[in-house]
Amino acid sequence: RRPHSASLANKVFIQRDYSEGTVCKFQTKFPSELDSRIEKTLFEDTVKTLNNYYAEAEKIGGHSYLEGCLACITAYLIFLCMETRYEKVLKKISRYIQEQNEKIYAPRGLLITDPIERGMRVIEISIYEDRGSSGSSSGSSTTSSSGR
Amino acid sequence: MHLGIDEPRECQYNQICTHNSSPMETPHSKKRKVKRKWQIFPGRNKFYCNGRIMMAKQTGVFYLTIVLILVTSGLFFAFDCPFLASNLTPAIPAIGGVLFLFVIGMLLRASFSDPGVLPRATPEEAADVERQIDAANGAGGPGYRPPPRTREVVINGQTVKLKYCFTCKIFRPPRASHCSLCDNCVERFDHHCPWVGNCVGKRNYRFFYLFILSLSFLTIFIFAFVITHVILRSNRTGFLSALKDSPASVLEVVVCFFSVWSIVGLSGFHTYLISSNQTTNEDIKGSWSTKRGKDNYNPYSYGNILTNCCAALCGPLPPSLIDRRGFVQPDTPQPAAQSNGTNTCPTTQLQSHMCHQDQCIQSTKFVLQAAVTTPLLHAQPILLGGGPVLQPKPSVGGPCSALGPGQPSLPSSIPGLSCGGEVLALHDSENHCHHHLHHQHFISPEETPCTAHLGHHMPLYDPASQDSLHEDSVRGLVKLSSV
Repeated sequence: RRPHSASLANKVFIQRDYSEGTVCKFQTKFPSELDSRIEKTLFEDTVKTLNNYYAEAEKIGGHSYLEGCLACITAYLIFLCMETRYEKVLKKISRYIQEQNEKIYAPRGLLITDPIERGMRVIEISIYEDRGSSGSSSGSSTTSSSGR
Repeated sequence: MHLGIDEPRECQYNQICTHNSSPMETPHSKKRKVKRKWQIFPGRNKFYCNGRIMMAKQTGVFYLTIVLILVTSGLFFAFDCPFLASNLTPAIPAIGGVLFLFVIGMLLRASFSDPGVLPRATPEEAADVERQIDAANGAGGPGYRPPPRTREVVINGQTVKLKYCFTCKIFRPPRASHCSLCDNCVERFDHHCPWVGNCVGKRNYRFFYLFILSLSFLTIFIFAFVITHVILRSNRTGFLSALKDSPASVLEVVVCFFSVWSIVGLSGFHTYLISSNQTTNEDIKGSWSTKRGKDNYNPYSYGNILTNCCAALCGPLPPSLIDRRGFVQPDTPQPAAQSNGTNTCPTTQLQSHMCHQDQCIQSTKFVLQAAVTTPLLHAQPILLGGGPVLQPKPSVGGPCSALGPGQPSLPSSIPGLSCGGEVLALHDSENHCHHHLHHQHFISPEETPCTAHLGHHMPLYDPASQDSLHEDSVRGLVKLSSV
């Protein structure tokens, strides 16, 4: 039914970094399991960009005050027709993750799960091993070379 | 997710869908009934309107709040406003009306929204955390008791301990707390408000605050104008006949008089909390008080009252993390939901009500007994893999034999509760019992036959007396859990 040329080998969880309080920020420490799969700089770039997006979503400043006051005055009914800033940024994050998966992570046999689906607690990175099954012709040889 | 590029590459990831509520998945799973996530939600919440509304389990006091507000305001608009509008100004009912609508709006918003519930860990995540904990503590012999599961973080120079939640299988983020009544971890947990019928947490704190603030204004407004009304009338017709002409005013004055003290007091208290960026939970425990240490300060405060207020009230509204209206993916791993008292308990409401009541009573008795008999009250973690090791009670053999005869003075005198007691040992009551009963968390699907067993067991006690017992136990638990 589904082409099963890759199987889930392991999952790595990037935990939250609480050193700056309760703002959403993930640790940029490179996990050892990914050592052979992806370059450290690429990984760090991804996490740092995600952290920046979350910081933008949670930033308190002129824009968020305006939104908050407007919402309060309209008894929060305004959110029936308008999206909150946070939701807009979350959509951006979702697109970013999808793009990263397509361009960088999937070719290396990895997959990032959007943190919003794990309660914003972890960035779950699934590591896939190619099984080299009968279906794929260039299966195993290409996998081993792609990871390096 | 389709990868257009890299066709000759090895892996295809079509089977992975990172977007949970994708409607494309549902045609495949239409063979069996597609469920929404709120239907399998592990916490003790009630959902209405197909998952749009989320409240706590006990909502009786909330209806009382609604009735009080509606009746008092209704009487005001019906009996006092016509006089005031014609004799003073029609602005009075107008302002009153706006205030009233705002109060109701904020109340409903606070009651119906997700307070910031943290979803429970997926099995893989839980396993990963367990591995990290075991690695940190090191392997020990059977008699070795590892220290309680905590993690230390330094936040803005202050050391904060993150506790591990046995029910949700996560390390709680800072300022999060587990609500025993709703059985959920809630972010920036303030308190569980029975008047609002929900927890007050990160996502609905501002609505709660605006509710009590506007309610204070409304109460004072009604109080002042009802008094004005009576005075004006008595200037014309005398005091007693004024009271006879508008008897509703007496009721309103009484309700408002008693409410004003508590509500205005509460508003003042929460104003203080907001300006110092603390939660009720932290204030009660004195987490940031200087009594604990000279260098103790609140690391979350922005230092400035105005910034703290603005951040709490006008800051960005985070989204709900539990996605209650999303569809359940058939192949997505669901978090281990062991406190399925309401889900796996039998269909009749009465029995499920009893399920929870007797669990609650049992758990309180358990804790109180344990507190008396055992000097050590800190957590006794279990060594995974070697089977659960209990301390000091008998270990778990099968699911229903958790409470062996060695249990000291279990209230077996109450008929029908003995099975409840057994089942209790397997049910999560992380709030009060995790110190002694958290072996239960590691018994997974085997416990379900026993919960079904309880369902067929009809307890032989009077629910009314259990109600008061239940209340007492809850009160005791609140005191215990706040220690």
